[in-house]
Amino acid sequence: MNLPVIIKFVIDLLAVLLLALGIKGLSKVKSARDANRLAAFAMSLSVVGLLAYYLGTSGIAIQSWIWIIIGSIIGSLFGAILAKKVPMTSMPETVALFNGCGGMSSLLVALGVAIFPISNSVENLDFFKSLINEVSISVSIFVGAITFTGSIVAMAKLQGWLSTPGWTQSKVRHFVNIVFAVASLIAFFDLINGNTSSIWLLVIVSSLLGIGVTLPIGGADMPVVISLLNSYSGIAAAAAGFVVDSQLLIVAGAMVGAAGLILTQVMCKGMNRSLVSVLFGGSLSAQSTASSGSGEYTNITSCSVEECALTLEAANKVIIVPGYGLAVAQAQHTLREVTKKLEQNGIEVVYAIHPVAGRMPGHMNVLLAEADVPYEQLKEMDVVNPDFPATDVVLVLGANDVVNPQAKNDSSSPLYGMPVLDVQEARTVFVIKRGMSAGYSGIKNDLFDLPNTSMVFGDAKKVLNDLIGELKDLGVGEK
Amino acid sequence: MSFISLLWVLLLGSLLGLELIGKVPPTLHTPLMSGANAISGITMLAALTLIVKAEGNVPLLIIGSVSLGFALFNVVGGFFVTDRMLAMFSRKPSNKK
Repeated sequence: MNLPVIIKFVIDLLAVLLLALGIKGLSKVKSARDANRLAAFAMSLSVVGLLAYYLGTSGIAIQSWIWIIIGSIIGSLFGAILAKKVPMTSMPETVALFNGCGGMSSLLVALGVAIFPISNSVENLDFFKSLINEVSISVSIFVGAITFTGSIVAMAKLQGWLSTPGWTQSKVRHFVNIVFAVASLIAFFDLINGNTSSIWLLVIVSSLLGIGVTLPIGGADMPVVISLLNSYSGIAAAAAGFVVDSQLLIVAGAMVGAAGLILTQVMCKGMNRSLVSVLFGGSLSAQSTASSGSGEYTNITSCSVEECALTLEAANKVIIVPGYGLAVAQAQHTLREVTKKLEQNGIEVVYAIHPVAGRMPGHMNVLLAEADVPYEQLKEMDVVNPDFPATDVVLVLGANDVVNPQAKNDSSSPLYGMPVLDVQEARTVFVIKRGMSAGYSGIKNDLFDLPNTSMVFGDAKKVLNDLIGELKDLGVGEK
Repeated sequence: MSFISLLWVLLLGSLLGLELIGKVPPTLHTPLMSGANAISGITMLAALTLIVKAEGNVPLLIIGSVSLGFALFNVVGGFFVTDRMLAMFSRKPSNKK
């Protein structure tokens, strides 16, 4: 062992250790930010280690330096700009986009090695070694392509650029996807047999497979899909690690792959969906059209902002249930002003956060934190549910399915079994909503028909602004 | 590095990943996903290797460079965005004090 090898070995070991500590730290609120920086540091360390190794052994040609610098500057610049500019509400689609690009990177590496075998892989090519090489190239291309196209579709759907085409909800989609899967399997074996031209077939069909699998999935399930695709990009990275013979890549890739899988599982539990039904069940709304035929509301009470303000003024305890509608209306700051006024009047205010409020678990917490809501006021579902009977007023802001009592009462409902917030237990429930349209699941919400529920129609931000005005008139929060 | 030992590396890495994420509060799901996502951009090392070993093969240099760009887009963007999210959590307690 000469010096560069030893240095690289030590740096790799250190990088793996720091990455592991980083992931570990990211799962605790207190240490999360430092852990993220630690992981970023570990990544840069690994680059330094690799470059130092090549400088010390084969040397790096000027030409290589030029291309390294071009690629790094462009990639980092775009990444940094996007990360700074993107609004907090679009976080899920941003993560999807980044993730897709990671998959693309693995795909390109494998493609490059496949077309132009690099020096160390052509030397002493015994049968076994070349087999491993081809298998890892194929896996890297297959998973990388699925990650890329799947993530792009997920992003486009969350952005509203793509809707769910009708045919994807019929059984045809399974047939189409099976064709893609079989075709990629054929290309896979053909490639291992030494037929290099089938690599393009593999690229094309696995890309199509990524689209075909993601397209039918409904918006509500998208976070789970993104998390799963995140796990895939780890697997793609690990496969690329086999291609270029890098242990660090394999460890880090495997770590992300496994951690992503666990996270996906945790998210599925929060939504009461199994991974299988998310992936193959299509979107919820399609299943429910048949079962929720009785989608007519019979007993809707609508009320004015003024009434809402009066009731709030008289309350002792208020629980806010924020949902994606709040995020869309960018009303988190306005909401914070309303609750500040209530608090100044001695009214206890708590935010009930459903595990999948918003589009992604934890997304709502991020949005409310952005609006300066104290961390202690955010209560998780299990903690807050017993409090509803002792609550005077519940304000439901742009949330729908997560407060649907059907999930508890109606075993025929597609939502049945999903953990929900028991808002109907409170004395009065105000639902601020733009219209009577259904939530993500497309299912009628029984809550709206209950006698203690009043609807306040309007855009969340506008209603909250009006509410501030009314509260001011009532002298709330002027003390 | 023999193939078998690389398989061991894969196995141990996976186990480590499974073990690391034990109990995560829902608050942190999005940042954790985004942070893990940034780490998956570690393929930048593979892209670098490709460029260094290209030995003047221009198409390969270009593929490597594009790949490196994509990976760094993932890494830099991922870490920044995660930091932005987490900054909002950490700001709270200090404000109250």
